Amino acid sequence: MFHCPVPVPVGDRVLLGHGSGGKLSADLLRQVILPAFANPALDRLDDQAVVEVRGLRLAFTTDTFVVKPLVFPGGDIGSLAVHGTINDLAMGGARPLFLSAAFILEEGLPMETLRRVTASLQGAAAAAGVPVVTGDTKVVEKGSGDGLFVNTSGIGLVEDGLLLSSDQARPRDAVLLSGTLGDHGIAILAQREGLEFECPIESDSAALHGLVARLLAATREVRCLRDPTRGGLASALNEIAARSGVGMLLDERAIPVREEVKGACEMLGLDPLYVANEGKLVAIVAAGAAEAALGALRDHPLGREARRIGTVTEGHPGLVAMRTVIGATRVVDMLAGDQLPRIC
Amino acid sequence: MRYVDEYRDERIARALVADIARRVTRPWVLMEICGGQTHTLMRYGVDELLPREVELVHGPGCPVCVTPLEIIDKAVAIASRPEVTFVSYGDMLRVPGSGSDLFRVKAGGGDVRVAYSPMEAVRLARAHPDRQVVFFGIGFETTAPANAMAVWQARREGLANFSMLASHVLVPPALELLLRSPRNRVQGFIGPGHVCTVMGYRQYEDLSRTFHVPIVVGGFEPVDLLEAIAMLVAQLEEGRAEAENQYVRSVSYEGNLPAQRILEEVFEVCDRKWRGVGLVPRSGLRLRPAFAAHDAETRFGVETTSADEPAECRSAEVLQGLVRPTDCPAFGGRCTPENPLGAPMVSAEGACAAYYRYRRHAAGP
Repeated sequence: MFHCPVPVPVGDRVLLGHGSGGKLSADLLRQVILPAFANPALDRLDDQAVVEVRGLRLAFTTDTFVVKPLVFPGGDIGSLAVHGTINDLAMGGARPLFLSAAFILEEGLPMETLRRVTASLQGAAAAAGVPVVTGDTKVVEKGSGDGLFVNTSGIGLVEDGLLLSSDQARPRDAVLLSGTLGDHGIAILAQREGLEFECPIESDSAALHGLVARLLAATREVRCLRDPTRGGLASALNEIAARSGVGMLLDERAIPVREEVKGACEMLGLDPLYVANEGKLVAIVAAGAAEAALGALRDHPLGREARRIGTVTEGHPGLVAMRTVIGATRVVDMLAGDQLPRIC
Repeated sequence: MRYVDEYRDERIARALVADIARRVTRPWVLMEICGGQTHTLMRYGVDELLPREVELVHGPGCPVCVTPLEIIDKAVAIASRPEVTFVSYGDMLRVPGSGSDLFRVKAGGGDVRVAYSPMEAVRLARAHPDRQVVFFGIGFETTAPANAMAVWQARREGLANFSMLASHVLVPPALELLLRSPRNRVQGFIGPGHVCTVMGYRQYEDLSRTFHVPIVVGGFEPVDLLEAIAMLVAQLEEGRAEAENQYVRSVSYEGNLPAQRILEEVFEVCDRKWRGVGLVPRSGLRLRPAFAAHDAETRFGVETTSADEPAECRSAEVLQGLVRPTDCPAFGGRCTPENPLGAPMVSAEGACAAYYRYRRHAAGP
């Protein structure tokens, strides 16, 4: 039986904020999407579903990419789609095996753009060692799409005995972050708003399955992995806290943010905790395994700047708190609507 | 980052807190006027560090929060017209009017866009002569010069398709109203640093003298606010009532004279209704007759209707510092950032939203 704890209606029309990855997205999911499809694999609400088929544990995920601009510093919609889908599999501890790619093309899209995106998508898939084995193309009338949308699905294999899920966090676990926050979201926004910086900010878009493999080889006491994409770190941690029925206490000073990203956030009035990342992961790890896990992350090129940023607490379940730079504490809430329009 | 990190330094913050604790001998009620300051206080937990004697109440200085319902309704009416491209600062999109908000207009097919600068609206008007481009010009003296510049530029270029729905408000008249109120509890003010960057702080000197109340113009980082509080406590404990400037790296006595000149050229002072406060005489700016061709209210002939606030919402008292957001029975239940009853729950600078986002652990579930 579907239960809705928040009796707030989602409204009579879809708003842009419903796609922000924050509370409105969660409401949409809970009030419209989940009741329509409810089943045990889906109800875990992880980035991937893990289902058992003839003794094999398959991870399955799908993701649609509507990023604007299509090409941005550090990547494009093609590489982003591959990385995003591989990462959704990797966060379940799965070894990614195969991808699909489907394109919705708007009439009038320059063929050159499509070629560039498909080449980049293939390049990213090849580099990650995960082939695109099936796909689809559709064309819509001019005005019915925004140039190019990409949908990718992926399947992978999860080892027996491995259970990574957002309901597994326990008090005293360590909260680890693999690197700097906000690079992707700010790279996109800077490009879109025509902001220029002395050192251009590049998206961190990257496939994280190698990093996850390194981490899991070092310790099996990992409870949960998340890639903080839409809605940023704050939303990812709030989801874990709510699903696990635990609190969290973060240390603001331990959270790494590049100077350029910090500067852009100051200028634009954004909080890096809510800005999207496409090549970072947050790991909830048993306290005793924290050092080993951190060492493993730092051994990998994509985790060199990994830090321990906080601790899971028994107190204030469902709430993420943070010790601020001046030594007081505050709540790190989930975002209600959009901080940025459409960034992934 | 220079000019940021040193103003968020824990050691300096602790030293200032110790200084405040050393000076304070009895309870004082202080108000930070500006919503940006409220946001910083909450985001960094500055108020948590202060001795019990220092009570901070939050002022009316959130431009989004005080924009009256009628203006939101006018914005919704104009933005709903098929020929209009409506351009606004992002925060205004979610502010509920009496029937709808701009996000819903956008979802219903309206051409509503978010901009960081009014000049983006001027560029749109230039690029799309077939569209009526309307900029939603709200804010205090801080945003007014840029908005004035946009109108000025549009007139110079003869951009007949550019207009502005202007609802600017001025801080000193609202402060005066607060100080004249028999219910006023505030004994010292942290002045609005960005407003004073534009306007200087001569007007605050007059207020301080007239009402015998200390005003310290303050910045927006935690150390700025702590230093301003320390300066206010020192004045109060010593029985002084002066206008002082903590935010010296940005604010001068005279302010930004070119910005004041463009304001003077484009806008004139008018009476203005503040959401939650009511009509405040000579507290608004409207376009001068010379710029009437770019006034969206006349261009689209939108009706001025009076609209009532939801009865349950206590934002009027919150905006005057009479109650805390958590004193409102609707706070966090029927009124949340996703479904705000009143404007202070909408904007990141609104006191209710700031409490909701950063303070729920203290306020209870």
